[in-house]
Amino acid sequence: MKQSKWGILLRGILKENPVLVLVLGTCPTLATTRFIVNALGMGVATMAVLICSNVAISLLRNVIPDKVRIPAYIVLIAGFVTIVQLLMQAFVQSLYEALGVYLSLIVVNCIILGRAEMFASKNKPGDAALDGVGMGLGFICALLAMSLIREVFGAGSFCGIEIPFLANYKIGILQQAPGGFFVFGSLIAIVAKCTKGKAPRRHSFSCEGCPSAAVCTGHTCTAQATPDKEVKPS
Amino acid sequence: MKELIVILMGAVLVNNYVLSQFLGICPFLGVSKKVDQAVGMGIAVTFVMLVASAVTWPIQRFLLDRFELGYLQTIVFILVIAALVQFTEIVLKKYLPALHKSLGIYLPLITTNCAVLGVTINNISDGYNFIESLVSSLGCGLGFLLAMILFSGVRGRMEGNESAVPASFRGLPITLTAAAIVSLSFLGFGGVIENLFG
Repeated sequence: MKQSKWGILLRGILKENPVLVLVLGTCPTLATTRFIVNALGMGVATMAVLICSNVAISLLRNVIPDKVRIPAYIVLIAGFVTIVQLLMQAFVQSLYEALGVYLSLIVVNCIILGRAEMFASKNKPGDAALDGVGMGLGFICALLAMSLIREVFGAGSFCGIEIPFLANYKIGILQQAPGGFFVFGSLIAIVAKCTKGKAPRRHSFSCEGCPSAAVCTGHTCTAQATPDKEVKPS
Repeated sequence: MKELIVILMGAVLVNNYVLSQFLGICPFLGVSKKVDQAVGMGIAVTFVMLVASAVTWPIQRFLLDRFELGYLQTIVFILVIAALVQFTEIVLKKYLPALHKSLGIYLPLITTNCAVLGVTINNISDGYNFIESLVSSLGCGLGFLLAMILFSGVRGRMEGNESAVPASFRGLPITLTAAAIVSLSFLGFGGVIENLFG
């Protein structure tokens, strides 16, 4: 499968956007997009982990035995997440506190494990890094779009600066949990409308979009597979 | 005793992991098509959460804290959870084949469920003692189960009515909108704990 470098880089942003088209990494998308600053911090942190883990896994793709690859990937990813956590704690303390537990939860972000399994474990380090940058940018774009709507209309501010007119007419619900679900659903619908026929449309959750797509190869989610067919995670 | 009830009720209703903290969204959207699957997944998650907190709490307290290895928390916890899930599956398969048959298929999915890692980390950062963290994980698991059952019921009503939905909204967007409404209903529980026990 030959792909141009630009293709690898650009497809993550719209055509195969990890959040809005592949619907991976839903938890941080919903949880950290109340404010633009938090969303940007989360996006950059995830992108850093994604690039590092993609490169590392790509370099080690011939070393890691197939049977223990998932635990090996998880340990690698957890290592990078810890590095990012320590860096953020040292240099951007306020953001570190705002993101809280979600920073640790980058480990179980399905985008990272998914890209490791689907792309990095089969491609050269250079391509894997490009894939990480593209997917990371796609993730950041989606988070920014979500947080822009939720902060501007929900809190009447932009990056903490109050917007004169909107601040008087806040739609408070957008800042709360139901607003998150609703904005996310609407954004997916808009992307589906814009890319009609071009992007691979996902009608509902299939194994691809499941957090454990990497762990289970059978149709575990539809509860039809026999237990013997599953790939054991460790 | 009162504190424990407050923790339990708070985790089930007020701070519901799925509907107000956005943890474990993937299985919430993925495995909620049918009520029986939703129940199976919910019970499996509750079970793993309980066992995971029972194991990670002593590890944090007696290993990581004692030797000042707090920064290893993420790595150690995710490894413990992955190993536990695997171990649980083997034990269930050997000694309780009937239970394994109904829950076993959900177990591999739980390793990367952020709600499980989230609850173990939150128990530590909230400063709970051993009993409190067990109760809190039981509450989070039950809250997850409740959300799954409620949502699978809502989705059941949507099945077959897809033609009434605008084309771009079919599939996931309308599912997420339904989740928004279910989550809206949980907003009503805010303040319940304060009024009952405050």
